[in-house]
Amino acid sequence: MTAASLPSLKDYLGRNRQMDGHAPWPRVSLVTDTWMALINRLATLPWVLLGEWTDGDTVLAAVLDETDGAAAVLSLVTQGNRFPSLSHSRPAAIRLERAIADLTGMAAETLVDTRLWLDHGTWPVAQPLGTAAPRQPGPLPLPYTFLPAEGEGLHQIPVGPVHAGIIEPGHFRFTCFGEAVVRLEDRLGYTHRGIEALMTGADIERGARLAGRASGDSTVAYGLAFARAVEAATGTVPPPRAHWLRALMAELERIANHLGDIGAVCNDVAFGLMHAHCGVLRERVLQAAGACFGHRLMMDRVVPGGVAIDLDDAGGRRLLTLVRDLRPRFQELVELYDGTPSLQSRMLGSGTVRPELVRQWGAGGFVGRAAGRNFDARLNPGYEPYPQLELTVPVLEEGDVNARVMIRILEVRESLRLVEQVIRQLPAGPVRVPVAAVADGRHEGVALVEGFRGDVLVWLRLRPDGTIGRCHLRDPSWFQWPLLEAAIEGNIVADFPLCNKSFNCSYSGHDL
Amino acid sequence: MAIIQYLLLQGFQMLLVLAVAPLLIGIVRRVKARLLRRIGPSVFQPYRDLIRLARKDVVVAHNASWLFLVTPYIVFAAIWVAAALVPTYALGLIFSWSADIIVIVGLLALARFFQALAGLDVGTAFGGIGTSREMMIASLAEPAMLMIVFTLSLLAQSTQLSSIAHYMMTVQVGLRVSCGLALMGLVMVAIAENGRVPVDNPATHLELTMVHEAMILEYSGRHLALIELASALKLTLYLSMLVCVFVPWGMALTDAGPLALLVGVVLYPAKIAAGGAALALLEVTVAKMRVFRVVDFLNFALMLGLLAALLLFVSRSI
Repeated sequence: MTAASLPSLKDYLGRNRQMDGHAPWPRVSLVTDTWMALINRLATLPWVLLGEWTDGDTVLAAVLDETDGAAAVLSLVTQGNRFPSLSHSRPAAIRLERAIADLTGMAAETLVDTRLWLDHGTWPVAQPLGTAAPRQPGPLPLPYTFLPAEGEGLHQIPVGPVHAGIIEPGHFRFTCFGEAVVRLEDRLGYTHRGIEALMTGADIERGARLAGRASGDSTVAYGLAFARAVEAATGTVPPPRAHWLRALMAELERIANHLGDIGAVCNDVAFGLMHAHCGVLRERVLQAAGACFGHRLMMDRVVPGGVAIDLDDAGGRRLLTLVRDLRPRFQELVELYDGTPSLQSRMLGSGTVRPELVRQWGAGGFVGRAAGRNFDARLNPGYEPYPQLELTVPVLEEGDVNARVMIRILEVRESLRLVEQVIRQLPAGPVRVPVAAVADGRHEGVALVEGFRGDVLVWLRLRPDGTIGRCHLRDPSWFQWPLLEAAIEGNIVADFPLCNKSFNCSYSGHDL
Repeated sequence: MAIIQYLLLQGFQMLLVLAVAPLLIGIVRRVKARLLRRIGPSVFQPYRDLIRLARKDVVVAHNASWLFLVTPYIVFAAIWVAAALVPTYALGLIFSWSADIIVIVGLLALARFFQALAGLDVGTAFGGIGTSREMMIASLAEPAMLMIVFTLSLLAQSTQLSSIAHYMMTVQVGLRVSCGLALMGLVMVAIAENGRVPVDNPATHLELTMVHEAMILEYSGRHLALIELASALKLTLYLSMLVCVFVPWGMALTDAGPLALLVGVVLYPAKIAAGGAALALLEVTVAKMRVFRVVDFLNFALMLGLLAALLLFVSRSI
C-alpha cells in the first residue's frame, strides 16, 4: 500500500459523528467495537499517537495525521473501568496506560506491562484521579521488578534516583556486559507532584500558574499550550499582538534552553570551554528576557486571553541588539564545536536512535528531527503566528548525539531569525482580552505547542462554572525517555551521560 | 654532622612536596577557571578543603573490611615516599641513593593495588566500574612508563633519578630525538596515571564516566582527605619527575652551598606552577576521550618509549 492510497484521518473523521463543544480538533466518541477498529487501523496507518488520558470514566486518545496536519481526539466510555489497550499498535501507549492505571485505577486490557509507573506506593492517596481513597503509605517505596536480562557475565548497575550532580531524580538500571550496555531501563515518577489532581477544580488563573510549573525550563511552552486550550474551550480570541508576543517568548525560551543544552552536552565530555561560553550567551538571553518581560524564564507571562505584559519599543530594540550580538558569537562557538576533533570523536556515532523507532513512538523535538522525523508543531498542525513567518525546520537523518546537537544549533539560528521577524512585524494593539465566560454545555479545548524539547499537548474540560473539570498535560519526554533506552543499547556505560544529556528529557514534566 | 644535614635536607624535601601538592591542584583549578572565564576559587582552596575533610566524621559502609580502612594510609604513605624520592630542589638527597626510579614506579603500583582493592571492597557498582577501568589504564600505563624509564636510564647509564638529572644538567645532551619521544611519552603516561583530561575528568559529577573518582566514592572525612592529598602528591610527583629530567636547570647539585639550595627551592615551585598551568591549558582545549580510546592513547605512549629506546641504540652505533 502506498502512502497516497492510505485513508487519511480527515476521511475517517468525515465518516464519524463529531461531538460538539470540543475545539479546535474534532472529538469523536467511539464504542468498544470502533475503538478496537481504531487499534487495528493504527497498526497499519502512520497516524501519530499524541497522548492518551482519561476524564472520569472516559478514556481519550489524541492522534495526528502528519501528512496534512489533521488531528483528532477519540474517546471511549469504558465499561467497568476497563478499556482495550492501544499499546499493541502504539508501544508509546504502554507508559501512558500504566500512568492511567496509577492515577485513576482504570486498567487497559491486554496491556503487557502492568507494573506501577508513577505510583511508588508513597502517595497518601491511592488513584488520586479516581477514587482518591486515603491510604497509609509504607515507610519504603514498593519493590519494583526490572525487566530481566539474562546471560553469563551480565551485571547490573543501579544509578540514581539521587545523582552526584544537581539534576532531577530518576533511576536508571543498566544491565551490562563489561562496559557494554545490554539493557537500560529507566524508572521515573520521583517528582510526581499531583499537578493534574491540583488542576481539577482550580479556576483558570490558578490552572495557568500550575501549567507554567509543570516543567520549569518549558514554562512558556506549557503556559502557551494551556492558554490555547482554554481559548479553544471558551471561544476566546486573543488579540493579534498577543500571538506575536507569545511566539517571541517561546523563541527566546528555545534559544536559551538550546544554548544551555549545547554547552551541557559538551561539558559531559569534559569540554568546559563550550559550556562556559554557551552559558554566557544563555545568560544574556535570560537577562534580556528578564528586562523585557519581567521574568528571566518568562513564567506566567503567557496567560489565557493573551499575554500578561506588553513589550515596549525599548524592549524590542534590546532584543534586536541581543540577536545581533548573539549571532556572530554563536557562530564562533559552532566553529569551535565543529573544529575540535576530540569533541567530534565523542559526538559522532554515539547513542544512535533508528528513524523507525522515532516514527513508531512519535518522538518529537530534536530527538525526532535528528532521526529523520520532519515534524514541528509550529507548522504541523501549526498555530499563530508561525504560518505568517519564514521558518524552516531542520531535519537530519543520523540520529546520533551529534545530530541532536546539530539540530539544536540550526534551531538556535532559526529562532534568532524568528525573533527578528517577530519584532519587525509586531502588530500594534491590545495584548490581552478577558477569557469568555462559559455557559452550560460541553467546553473542551486541546492544544499542541512546540516547546524546546518537542510538542507539548494540553487537553482540558471546563465546568459550567468556569473551573477546570479535568486538565491533562503531556510532556514531549513521554515519547523520548523510551527511545533513550534504545539509543544506549550497544554503547558503553561511560557514554550514557552524554546520550542522556543529548536527549535532555524532562523528569518533572513527565512525572507531573 | 654531615648525616644530620643530609637528613634535614631530605626532611625538607618531604615537607616541601607535601606543602606544594595542594597548591598545585589549586593552581590548575584556578588557571582552568580563568581560561573558562570564571574567577575560580583561591589557589589555597585545596588546603581549606583538606582541613575541612580532616575535621569531618568518617562514614564507613557496614560491609567494609579492614582493607577499606587501612587503604588511605597505605596509599598516602606509598605516594608520599615516592614523591620524596624524586629530586625537586636538590640532587643527591640521601633517600635518592636508596631507591631508584623503578622503586618509584613500584611504590605507585603498590598504592594503586590497595586503592583498587578498596574500590572493590564495599561492593558498590561504581567502585567496581572504577576499579576495572583503573586497572585497564594501569596495565597499559606501566609498561609505557617502564619503557621510558629504560630510555632515560640507558642515556644516563643509571636508574637513579638524581644521576639522570645530573647527566642532563652537566653533559651536552643536545636535542636528542630520544629525549623528545621520552618526554612526550612521559607526559601521556602522567596524564593517564593522574586521571586528567582527556583520560579521566577529575571535576566530573557523572558517576558513570568516572575512573579514579568512582573508586573513592565511598570515602569520607579524613580518609578522603588522605586520598585527595595522595592524588595531589601523585600529580606533584609526575610533574617533579618531568621537571627533574627534562628541565633540571636550577637544581642544587650534590653538596652544593646554601645559595644554590635557595635557588633550587625558589625555582622548583615556579617550575611546578608552570607545569600546572600547562596542564590546565591542555585540559581546556581537549574533550575527554571514549574509555576504550585510552588503550590507543597509552599504546601510543608505549610506542614512543620503545622508539626512544631504539633510536638511542641507532644513534649510538653511528
